[in-house]
Amino acid sequence: MSLFSNAAVLLGKELRTEFRSRELLTTTVVFILVVLILFSFAISPTTEESREFGPGLLWLAILFAASLMLQPCFLREQTNDTLSSLRLAVSDPFSIFLAKLIANTLFLLLTELIMLPFFAIFYNVPVLPEFHWLLLVLFLGSLGISIAGTALSAISAQARMRELLLPLLLLPLLTPVLVVSATVTVGLFEREPIVKGKGIAFLAVFDVVFLTALWLFGEYLLEE
Amino acid sequence: MTKRIILGAVAILLVIVAAYASFFIAPQERTMGLIQRIFYFHAATAWAGEMTFFVCFLANLLYVWKRQPKYDWLGVSSAEVGLACITVVLITGPIWAHPVWGIWWTWDARLTSTFVLWLLYVSYLLLRTLIEEPERRALLSALFGIFAFLDVPLVFFSIRWWRTQHPQPVIMGGSGSGLDPTMSKVFFFSVLAMHVLAAFLIVERYVLEKMKSEFDFLAREVEAQ
Repeated sequence: MSLFSNAAVLLGKELRTEFRSRELLTTTVVFILVVLILFSFAISPTTEESREFGPGLLWLAILFAASLMLQPCFLREQTNDTLSSLRLAVSDPFSIFLAKLIANTLFLLLTELIMLPFFAIFYNVPVLPEFHWLLLVLFLGSLGISIAGTALSAISAQARMRELLLPLLLLPLLTPVLVVSATVTVGLFEREPIVKGKGIAFLAVFDVVFLTALWLFGEYLLEE
Repeated sequence: MTKRIILGAVAILLVIVAAYASFFIAPQERTMGLIQRIFYFHAATAWAGEMTFFVCFLANLLYVWKRQPKYDWLGVSSAEVGLACITVVLITGPIWAHPVWGIWWTWDARLTSTFVLWLLYVSYLLLRTLIEEPERRALLSALFGIFAFLDVPLVFFSIRWWRTQHPQPVIMGGSGSGLDPTMSKVFFFSVLAMHVLAAFLIVERYVLEKMKSEFDFLAREVEAQ
């Protein structure tokens, strides 16, 4: 039980740190907006093309934004020298990961929800008809990005060139999330929306596989 | 030392015999003709490369568990040899695809997952160059190697959603698949040759990594004095 109570306290700390300045959230929102607008300039899609390619561009923008947003996750602990005290404070190091990945998922979801109206207007796609399914895909995709990203940001924080390294490690690893989330989202935006259940199940499998791996190997990532 | 020389000689001999067999013993394929003979090299190297990455994965797990430097040396050696194999696969693939499919590349499941596999292990080797401290480098790269290996089947299945152009498995596939018996013999001989060659390269690279690590240790000792 101490795992979850520790994680809950740490989650509170993560949220407090972020909402004091809201630095991460604002920069990520603006970043996604810039990327979406630049994509639109680069290919100037018609309505049909937007339905087909819009979701891919949206997920690509989310992925790029996440690879920047996950950067300070462990780097902040490292520069403030708080990682060893964190490790001493909790009985199970997995609670540190759990708190951070839940916080990252929440931040990502929040930025996505802020971005969604802009995306719907600029790309002229119907986000409302299957909104609950869209929300589920966004949640499962963001959870996958956060699980893998939190683990890898613990690795990259201990290396040189860390700002460049994290996207290099993370983006190939997240290929399945990008492929499947984009495919499922395309289905939801069609004139006759299709819910691709197999894709949603796949995202859940991805999350479970990497969560288990993080649970098994997480403590080694934080070794001094 | 003599064992390594013998292994090297056997590997070279096997590769020469496999090359001869694939050109002169294997029968000509009916539709594709001469170009199909690249199959004995392309597919055999792919199998050897995948086996090598599996060795890398085991070495990574063993390092995290046992913390002995030898598993780290094995990990980096097999990752480099595997990367070389997969590079060969990614070069011979388009050479075969262009005359047969009419295109150099297509984003189908097996091509894409092989390419992502290649990218992941490039990242693995890149990560190793960016961490100075040997023990930390060994541990963190081993952990990344484990995550990367877990990702490969997920990449493959995620891309099977797209239309697949790569031929369905011919060997050990479902009913209606299968090779001519002579072709099959030549193919499995090539697989053997490539595995022995990969093993030889891993052993050589392992010895080199061991020497490098001993040299680094001595250099630090001298610096400390």
